[in-house]
Amino acid sequence: MDSPRNLQGDLESLRLYFRCGRTKEASWRKTQIKGLLNFIKENEGDIMKALKQDLGKHRAEAYRDEIGTLIKSLNYALNSLKAWMSPKKVKLPAVAVLTTAELLPEPLGLVLIVSAWNFPFGLSLEPLIGALAAGNTAVLKPSELAPACSSLLANTMTSYLDGNAVKVVEGGPSVGEQLLQERWDKIFFTGNARVGRIVMSAAVKYLTPVALELGGKCPAVLDSLSFSFDREVAVKRILVGKFGTCAGQACITIDYVLVEKKFLPKAVELMKAITTKMFGENPRETNTVARIVNRRHFLRLKNLLDDPTVKASIVYGGKTDEENLFIEPTILVDPPLEAEIMTEEIFGPLLPIITLENIEDSIEFIKARPRPLTIYAFTKSKTLERKLVSETSSGSLVFNDAIIQYAADTIPFGGVGESGIGRYHGKFSFDTFSHEKAVARRSFLVDFWFRFPPWNDYKLQLFREAYNFDYLGVIFVVLGLKKPKSDSHVV
Amino acid sequence: MKGLCIQLSHHNSILFHSRRSTRTAYKNPTKFSIPYFSVSSSSSFPKISCIASTPLTTEVEEKLTFDVDEARLLVKELQNVFKSGKTKSYEWRVSQLKSIAKMLEEREKDITEALHKDLEKPELEAFISEISTSKSSCQHALQELQHWMAPEKVKTSITSYPSSAEIVSEPLGVVLVISTWNFPFLLSLDPVIGAISAGNAVVLKPSEVAPGTSSLLARLFEKYLDNSAIRVVEGAVPETTALLEQKWNKILYTGSARVGRIVMAAAAKHLTPVILELGGKCPAVVDSNLNLQVASRRIIAGKWALNNGQACIAIDYIITTKDFAPTLIDSLRRELEQSFGQNPLETRDVSRIVNKYHFSRLLKLLDEDKVSDKIVLGGQSNEDQLRIAPTILLDVPDDTEIMKEEIFGPFLPIVTVEKIEDSFDVINSRPQPLVAYLFTNNDQLKKDYVQNVSSGGMLVNDTVLHVTVDGLPFGGVGESGMGSYHGKFSFDGFSHKKSVMYRGFEPDASVRYPPYTPQKQRLLKALLSGKILAIIQALIGWF
Repeated sequence: MDSPRNLQGDLESLRLYFRCGRTKEASWRKTQIKGLLNFIKENEGDIMKALKQDLGKHRAEAYRDEIGTLIKSLNYALNSLKAWMSPKKVKLPAVAVLTTAELLPEPLGLVLIVSAWNFPFGLSLEPLIGALAAGNTAVLKPSELAPACSSLLANTMTSYLDGNAVKVVEGGPSVGEQLLQERWDKIFFTGNARVGRIVMSAAVKYLTPVALELGGKCPAVLDSLSFSFDREVAVKRILVGKFGTCAGQACITIDYVLVEKKFLPKAVELMKAITTKMFGENPRETNTVARIVNRRHFLRLKNLLDDPTVKASIVYGGKTDEENLFIEPTILVDPPLEAEIMTEEIFGPLLPIITLENIEDSIEFIKARPRPLTIYAFTKSKTLERKLVSETSSGSLVFNDAIIQYAADTIPFGGVGESGIGRYHGKFSFDTFSHEKAVARRSFLVDFWFRFPPWNDYKLQLFREAYNFDYLGVIFVVLGLKKPKSDSHVV
Repeated sequence: MKGLCIQLSHHNSILFHSRRSTRTAYKNPTKFSIPYFSVSSSSSFPKISCIASTPLTTEVEEKLTFDVDEARLLVKELQNVFKSGKTKSYEWRVSQLKSIAKMLEEREKDITEALHKDLEKPELEAFISEISTSKSSCQHALQELQHWMAPEKVKTSITSYPSSAEIVSEPLGVVLVISTWNFPFLLSLDPVIGAISAGNAVVLKPSEVAPGTSSLLARLFEKYLDNSAIRVVEGAVPETTALLEQKWNKILYTGSARVGRIVMAAAAKHLTPVILELGGKCPAVVDSNLNLQVASRRIIAGKWALNNGQACIAIDYIITTKDFAPTLIDSLRRELEQSFGQNPLETRDVSRIVNKYHFSRLLKLLDEDKVSDKIVLGGQSNEDQLRIAPTILLDVPDDTEIMKEEIFGPFLPIVTVEKIEDSFDVINSRPQPLVAYLFTNNDQLKKDYVQNVSSGGMLVNDTVLHVTVDGLPFGGVGESGMGSYHGKFSFDGFSHKKSVMYRGFEPDASVRYPPYTPQKQRLLKALLSGKILAIIQALIGWF
């Protein structure tokens, strides 16, 4: 589907194909996931090339965050598919004799996946795996801001899949808007909260459920670690979770760091040293840091730095290269909290450090802001750990590491409040694209005659006993050994 | 914290959250003469007006309406209470649930009376479908709460080894429950139980179409529950609109798809997740191969004995084969007489129609030319008493209102098909219903039905019972709604599932960090593919 000109016709045929039931078959789903796996494996080189072209991602970063992670997810889905698809038996209370009940996952129908540019493969395929594993037909709209990746998905990936069930529609906001006008059975959107609101508002028309994967300012709490080894590991993980993850252009990247005042000198010194060691003197040339996606975002970031009060707070880096759309890893100490860099999601290689009197104050600091997608905390203190778990709210909470939660299949990935609605990854992706149908089966053999009108006190009493699970009571009432309550006020 | 019992003037009579919304003039239901029921509208309570102990309530009393400013204040107050952490504790949740259980125990009589006032619901039906169901829902929550609240440990993969992870359920914040009139007590209390179990602060907006229950809920909540975190706001359109303008952390709405859209549109502005419990035309497929008497009784239980068909899970229409239809009709006629007697307009074992508006809406459905001559049983009505007899229709054309709209009343159209399997197409050609029923002894048909028909829930060989099973989620799909609740699903619906991962500082694989070298890439590949041999090879090659 090159242009969405024949959109309606294409969508109608996708719906018809869903209705014919082919996509519900386990074998079909398996073939599609295998197809995706082959696409990734056979096109590894092209994928790396496209990521280099669109975002300047290093091959290792491309492998770690997109190719490798996807292979892992696809294998996981292949191995788990049968278990995911099988109905769950439900326990029933004893009152329901000769009844069975189960939860049967069924596909929703035709789903729309709107993906983002920062992890163009991961953020397209992770949801697509869920949609296909759950037996849906799907339309994927990759981001036009990563054009090479988008075209690889549209032209190459589709040839590995059942073209009657999956279409890729390329295009910008106008195409997105056009797609949102259509009828879907689920919309899965990754992007910012502003567009998230537009998506949800559009979904109202057909009462379409949505999953919104948004972002927000993800903090990292860096406790005053006393061992130098711990400190070093923590700082490394923070820096790679920032500058080493698409140059900070990721929804789960670390947005800012919270440290105690007395720990600041040590932290800054370590951060500077390790940044230089890890990313080199010239990270653009060595390609250890990705570039900024486009001019608009470059200027947006440059603007954040141009605020004089912010500029004054730079302690490391700060150089920008407009021609190559490159911004150096930049560390700032205590930029004003009301400056844009601290009110907006940064989404770039700028790392503000905010100092607090006491590391416990980080909890209030975080709570005073919208709920982030992730909170990171580097600490050995069990008290701080407990407090963070019970007192803060976020999509996920990760101790002593960064980003790895994205690769974990067993925990849900998704936000809360401003950071999103719904969750995915692993079985959660399957669930997101399934409807859990409650199925109960009864036999004709046993029936409580007192279930049916005409009503009388006798029946009411039987119900009382039955709902109290007092079967002996039921028998007594039936045998006439227990009198119905006579305090009834109605009859 | 003061109790906020806002006596609202019902000056606006548009049924905002009724199943069908249009202009109506509902009168005080106590005007109906009910010989055997002594309605004491003052009941056992003193009439509670606002306790003017704070500026807020004084203001409310002066304005007599609940507007956007008040709504904002209310949400802010509750946000503060939520932030204080009070509602999060296990003890608080249990104490509130216990109070609800106590309230149900002590006020059964008042609840039954209010339901009689609003709907003339028979006492036994009120007990089965509202009071006992609320009770068991509350008891179930009390029993399971500790278990529900416990973090769920999960395994992690080799990529992040060594680490541990868990999924922690945390409350969402301040949530809004908008309830409806047909099961005004249950559909208010059940979601509130879920919201409290999950540790949220909650505002309940009961339906003004069931005014007796609405004001009873306001009084009972004030008396039994912690009003600093749990409130009732009574009212109609303006009040609901004011509430919907606020930022909530979750909204659960029960009612029509039309208003469901309004709720979701309002929620989109604040990125608020919603649970919409809507309705739709729930079919019952009746095969010829079955125990007809039991099936007929269960159909009656799922239609007329269920608030006289005014229920989102009531059978809307039956599909059966041409050959079997006469037999089925005979059996239903027999069992109906058994249940409700010779003169069904006289029986008090059936709820009445809720109000004049719905009464005339229903009669209009029958008035259509192509419909009125299809009546095979019933059809009588009594406008003064808002009573309509159980009515069965045969082969009504598809293009009539009664076959297009959710009926929500005592009419039961029977659609006939050549082969029973043809019923799948009849159902699938319409929006997905909340429940699809099937009566048969044919196992293959059961299997095919479950496979090929999509609906919120499915019940074979019975009606309604599936909603009493705490292990099953209750909720729709497509036009019949989104999200689900009941039992643990209520708890989950009002919780955020936070993933928490714990890592140590060691060991630390430098493979993850730049500068990136070819060896690192090889190891990373091996690690992510989980191949032990490749990992060892890469490690050996590296060192």
